Amino acid sequence: MIFLKLIVTNLRRHRIRSLISVAGIAFSVAAMLTVVTILQGAIGMFSSILSNDSQAIVFERDVSDLFFSNVPTDAAAQISNWPMVEHANPVLFGIVSSAGHPIITCFGVTPTDARIVKAAWLKGDRNSFAQHADDVVLGERAAQFLTAGLGDHVQIGHATFHVVGILKTANGFEDGGVFMPLASAQAFFHKEGTSSVITIKLRSKGDVAAFKDRVNAKYPNLIALEDTEFTRTYSQFRILKATAWAVAGCGLLLGGLGVANTMIMSVFTRIREVAILRVNGFSRVQIGGVIFGESAVVSLSGAAAGLLVGSCFLYALKLIPALDGYVDATLHPPIMLVVLLLALLTGVAGALYPAFYAMRIRAVEALRFE
Amino acid sequence: MKNTIQDDENQRIVLRAVDIWKSYDQGTVTVLKGVDLECSEGRSVALCGPSGCGKSTLLHLFAGLDTPDRGKVWVNGAEVNRRRDLLKLLRHEIGFVFQLHNLIPDLTLAENCLIPTVAAGTNHRTAKARLMELAERTGLSDRLDHRIQKLSGGERQRTALCRALMNRPKILLADEPTGSLDEQTSEAVFDLLLELVASEGTTLLMATHDRSLAARCDRLVEMRGGKIREHAYAG
Repeated sequence: MIFLKLIVTNLRRHRIRSLISVAGIAFSVAAMLTVVTILQGAIGMFSSILSNDSQAIVFERDVSDLFFSNVPTDAAAQISNWPMVEHANPVLFGIVSSAGHPIITCFGVTPTDARIVKAAWLKGDRNSFAQHADDVVLGERAAQFLTAGLGDHVQIGHATFHVVGILKTANGFEDGGVFMPLASAQAFFHKEGTSSVITIKLRSKGDVAAFKDRVNAKYPNLIALEDTEFTRTYSQFRILKATAWAVAGCGLLLGGLGVANTMIMSVFTRIREVAILRVNGFSRVQIGGVIFGESAVVSLSGAAAGLLVGSCFLYALKLIPALDGYVDATLHPPIMLVVLLLALLTGVAGALYPAFYAMRIRAVEALRFE
Repeated sequence: MKNTIQDDENQRIVLRAVDIWKSYDQGTVTVLKGVDLECSEGRSVALCGPSGCGKSTLLHLFAGLDTPDRGKVWVNGAEVNRRRDLLKLLRHEIGFVFQLHNLIPDLTLAENCLIPTVAAGTNHRTAKARLMELAERTGLSDRLDHRIQKLSGGERQRTALCRALMNRPKILLADEPTGSLDEQTSEAVFDLLLELVASEGTTLLMATHDRSLAARCDRLVEMRGGKIREHAYAG
């Protein structure tokens, strides 16, 4: 109890300084939580586009980005005839811009694609899709920002398209996207005869390994990955994750420097007190424990406040209409745990030098210190 | 001149310093110049002398807080600077009282007193019982929950005395323990100090300017210029 009191006593003595340190950690943790959660959500949404009613995807081997992947449409036709395959849907991804909207994601899909068949159609008839080359179906958000309704003609990129349907999906990217017949998309993006990926649904999940082997054998330029495997290994996701953690880590580092500053000041202002403790039998380890304890209190308080602030911020982002569907603000316990641990580690790291300094204080000299 | 100052031969020697030299500021200021001193168990010894004569330095050396440039210091028969368990010395064998009380202001009287027991890992119930006993004897029982700022100078010094005796050390080193108190309070605290060490069989080595207080110890050792010049026994 007294040991705990020794830990918190200096924080109470310098309340403003302690609060600033706690706030530093809190904002760092909030930033980390927000950035990482949003990014994980985005990756999750992109993954769900690929895994929509499928277990595996096939794409060009060694491409850095799926937008650059070229998979022959013939391959999709052949693969769909394999006995283990229930269906194989080629999907072409493309990005275009229109007036006032620099990025619109386009999906070139077949009429049997789950995105068309299983989506909630708000307007139009799903059977009308791909009747004409200039037919497009808009996601609900895309319809909003393009101010287009059923039957309208909309300018997308260099061409004009006829809106034959508006659908609602839970995925923000799809909801803000444009669905074109595959052939139209191939022509529009000058990728005739190819798609970006083939999404595969197998008759049995146990066939995944055999399917992958068969793709490798039959199409050396292509690679088949299970959806979860793809999410885990796709280089773009890994780069994004690494960037998010790096940015978040920098934020936390700044918070850690704040803790270090506080702890150094704390030790400098209690040199005499440390000496008193030493004369009364405190070991160096016990002195270090007091200093590390103090930094742990700052870090954990900051982390707790940061988790609260970050959660509120994510919730607020969800409420912004423009971001509806794009931000998945679901808090993942593993992320929260990692953030907490990192905050604690940062605090401990920030206390390393101050603790080392305090442990080396010579009582006889420090007692002369006024 | 070297003076080996020793109590009567029948008593066990608990503090011994032999040819102690100590200087500061890279040897430019020599504080102790070949001090020899022995203190017997259960005796009270007053170290008198002007400021800067090395009284406090000698106490620090006995407590293991500093090391001599030359010479050796023994406490309870063990050479202090060769001990691997210096913490044991501070936790269980020696208590230290300073001129300035050196209490932690944000803690209560009781919490300050319990610090040595926390350091030593003493069972809380045992520590609390000892605190009650000492508080009773020093008249601080009704002030246990008071913060240090709320205590008078005499109470603070009595608290420091309690703290020093919490782990029942057999040796008490006191550096001008009444130096910051007025005459009347000083007398009272000193009475208490002598009473406590006598009842607990504690050896007292006390640095003081106050010759009237020093005269009440079993022995008075006079230090000047870093050396022990003379000594006298009570009675």
